Amino acid sequence: MSKPKVAFFDFAGCEGDQLQIANLEERLLDIASHLEIVNFREVKTEQADNYDIAFIEGSITRPEDEKRLKKIRKQAKMLIAMGACATIGGINCLKNFLGKQEYTSLVYGPYARHYSTYATRPVRAVVPVDGEIHGCPIDKEEFVLVVKSLLLGKIYIPPDYPVCVECKKAGNICQLEQGRLCLGMITRAGCKATCISAGSVCWGCRGPVPGANLDAARQVIDEHGFSWLEAEDRFRLYLGYFLRLQGWVYEQETT
Amino acid sequence: MNKKQLKKNMVIDSKQQESKNKKIEVHHLTRVEGHGDIVVYLDKNNQIQRCEWRVVEAPRFFEAMVVGRPYTDIHHIVSRICGICSIGHQLASIQATEEAFHCQVSEQTIILRKLALHAENLQSHLLHIGYLVLPDLLEVGSVFPLAKTHKQELLNIISCRKLSNKFSQVICGRTTHPQRLVPGGMESFPTVSELKELLKELKHSLAWLNNLGNLFLSLKEKYPKFERETEYIALVSNGEYALYHGEVGSSLDERKPNFFYTQMTNEYCVPQSTAKWTKNVKDAYMVGALARLNLNYELLTPGAKNLARRFGLSPLCHNPFFITLAQIVECVHSTEESIALLDVLLTRGLKDEKIVPIKPCAGKGVGALEAPRGILFHYYEYNEEGRIVKADCIIPTNQNHGNIQKDFEALAPILSGKSEREIEFTLSMLVRAYDPCISCSTHYIELGQNKNLSPVQFVYV
Ligand code: SF4
Ligand code: SF4
Repeated sequence: MSKPKVAFFDFAGCEGDQLQIANLEERLLDIASHLEIVNFREVKTEQADNYDIAFIEGSITRPEDEKRLKKIRKQAKMLIAMGACATIGGINCLKNFLGKQEYTSLVYGPYARHYSTYATRPVRAVVPVDGEIHGCPIDKEEFVLVVKSLLLGKIYIPPDYPVCVECKKAGNICQLEQGRLCLGMITRAGCKATCISAGSVCWGCRGPVPGANLDAARQVIDEHGFSWLEAEDRFRLYLGYFLRLQGWVYEQETT
Repeated sequence: MNKKQLKKNMVIDSKQQESKNKKIEVHHLTRVEGHGDIVVYLDKNNQIQRCEWRVVEAPRFFEAMVVGRPYTDIHHIVSRICGICSIGHQLASIQATEEAFHCQVSEQTIILRKLALHAENLQSHLLHIGYLVLPDLLEVGSVFPLAKTHKQELLNIISCRKLSNKFSQVICGRTTHPQRLVPGGMESFPTVSELKELLKELKHSLAWLNNLGNLFLSLKEKYPKFERETEYIALVSNGEYALYHGEVGSSLDERKPNFFYTQMTNEYCVPQSTAKWTKNVKDAYMVGALARLNLNYELLTPGAKNLARRFGLSPLCHNPFFITLAQIVECVHSTEESIALLDVLLTRGLKDEKIVPIKPCAGKGVGALEAPRGILFHYYEYNEEGRIVKADCIIPTNQNHGNIQKDFEALAPILSGKSEREIEFTLSMLVRAYDPCISCSTHYIELGQNKNLSPVQFVYV
C-alpha cells in the first residue's frame, strides 16, 4: 500500500493547531514515516499536487477563501477540519457581532483602506467535511488518534457527551457551584476538562455537544445568579456561529 | 554597462514594470493567503531592479473583536492572535488590564509570570532555530531529512524543545493558550515536586544547549557577511535583561515610559502589506532577540555572555542573519535565569495565593513586554463596567516588516548578477532569520521534495 499523501492548509487562525502537531516532536517523525506529508499553504502547488487527506486550520473570512477551499475539497479524498476556528468558527466569529464598517474602521481607522472580509464561518459552512478535531487548540493526542484511525481506514468519532462528564471524572468541584460561569454543560467533551482542572472554567472551545440545549443552559446560568448579558457574552466567545444558526439548523447542516 | 546606460535601462524598465506590476499584484493577491511573499524584479542580466517584501495576511480584527467585552475575557481572546506567542499576548494583555484597574500582583505571581515568559522564549526560539533555520544552514528542505543525516544533533534539539514544552506546561498548565494566567494572579499553581524536577532538568539542559551552540558555531561561516546599520528597539531596565518589565529603549533614541509607546512605533500603512509598518528615528527599526541583545548585552547571565563572546556577538551587531545566534544566546540566558528564579521560588516556599480582587473602573493601561520575536504592546481603554472601549495591539512581526524591506534594498546590489538560486536562498534566509510568524508555519511541516514550493517570486522586466 502506498502511503497516503497528507496536506495542511491554513486560513484565518493563529496556527496554534499546527504547533500542537509540531509539539509531537519525535512522534511526528514516526507519523511522517506512515504518511507522506506533501505540503501546505502555497496555492501555486496546490493545483498540481495531489493529496488524499487535507487538514484545514482556521476560519473562512473572505470570499476568495471559499474558492481556495473548494479547490482543496475537490482534490482531497478526505477533508478534516482542525481547531475551533475551522470546526465552529471559533474566536473569529466575534467580529460577526459588529458591523463591517465598525470593525474595519476600528482597526484600520483613518487609513480607510478596503480590506476584503466578510462574516466568519467554519469550514463546513462552505464545503462538506469528513471529520473534525475540536478544541482551541486541538489536543495533540486526539490528533494522533485521528491519524491512526485514518490509517486504519476509519473515521474518528469525537465524544458526544458534555465536558461536565469529564470534569466529574477529573474530580473537580463544579465551577458553577463556586460562583463562576462555566459552559461545560453544553460543550463537547474530549479535552478531559483541562481548563477546569487548571483552575479556570470551560469557555466552550470544543463547540456545542450534539443536542446542546441553549435555553436550558441559559436557565441554569440564570439560576446561578448571572445576568443575561454575562451568559450571552460567554456564548458568543466560541459559539457565535452556532448562535446565529439557532442550534437546530446547525445540527441539520451537519447531517 | 556604464552608469548612464543603466539609468536609461532603469527608466524603461520601470515603465514596463508599471504595466506588468499591476497584473502581478492582482494575480498575487488571489493566489496567496495569509502570509508574506518576496518579489524580486530582475532584468536580463540578473540585475536586481527592485525587491519587495509583501505581507498579505488575512486581517483578523482582534482590536475590534475585544471592544465591548468584559475584562475577564480579554487575555483569553488576544491569546488567539498567535499560537506560538500566546503566553506573551496573554501577559501583555494582563499587564494592560491590571494597569487600567490599578491592580498590584504579588511577588510570587511576578516570578511565575517571568518563568512563563522564559518558557515561551525557549519554546519559540528552539522551534525556530532547530526546525526552521537549521535545515537552511545544512541545505535541506526541512527538518525531516535530518533524522537520517544529523540524528544526534536533531535528537539534541528535540530534547531541548520537549523540555521547553514541559516547562510551560508545568508553569501555565498548557503549552499553547494556557489557562492559569489571569489578571490579578494565577488560577492554580504547579506543585513543589514538579518545580523541583523542572529545576533539575533545566540544569541538565545547559549541556544540551552548549551542544547546540557548538553546532551553530561550526556553521557560522554559512551566514552571509552583511551589515546594515539600523535602529534597535527593545525593553530596557536597569536591573535585569528586560523581558517582563521595563521601559521602551532604543539604540538611537531616548528611552520612554511604556505609556508613550506610540511615539516609538509610529505606525503607517503601505500598499504592499495588510499589516501596518512602523518607524522611529530612521526609516525602519528592528525588534527581537538581536535588538534585545544589542541593548541589554551587559545584563546577560554569565553562561549566555560567554556564548555570545564565542559567537563573536557584541553590541552593536548589525548583521540581521545573526538573529538566530542571538536566539541561542537567549536560550542559555532564559535557562540560567529560570534556574535562578526557580531557586528563589523554592526557597521562599510556594504559597497558594488567592487572585487579587479587581474592581473595574474607567481607565487606560499599557502592557509592554518582550515576546520571543520582540517588543509587544497592548493598550486598552476600559469603561466603568470593565468593558473595553478601545484596544490597540502592536505585534513584533509587524514592527520588523519595514526593516526587512530595508535589508532587501541593501542586499540587492550585493546579490545583483548572482544566480536565481542564490538570490532566492539568501533572501528567504534573511526573512526566516527574522522569524516572522507568517513564515514559520510555511515551513514546519513542509517536506523537501517540493522544490518548486518557493517563497520567492521572480519577475522579469
Ligand atoms: S482554533 Fe484556536 S489554536 Fe486553532 S487556529 Fe484557531 S485560535 Fe488558533
Ligand atoms: S474545558 Fe472547555 S474551554 Fe477548556 S479545552 Fe475543554 S472544551 Fe475547551
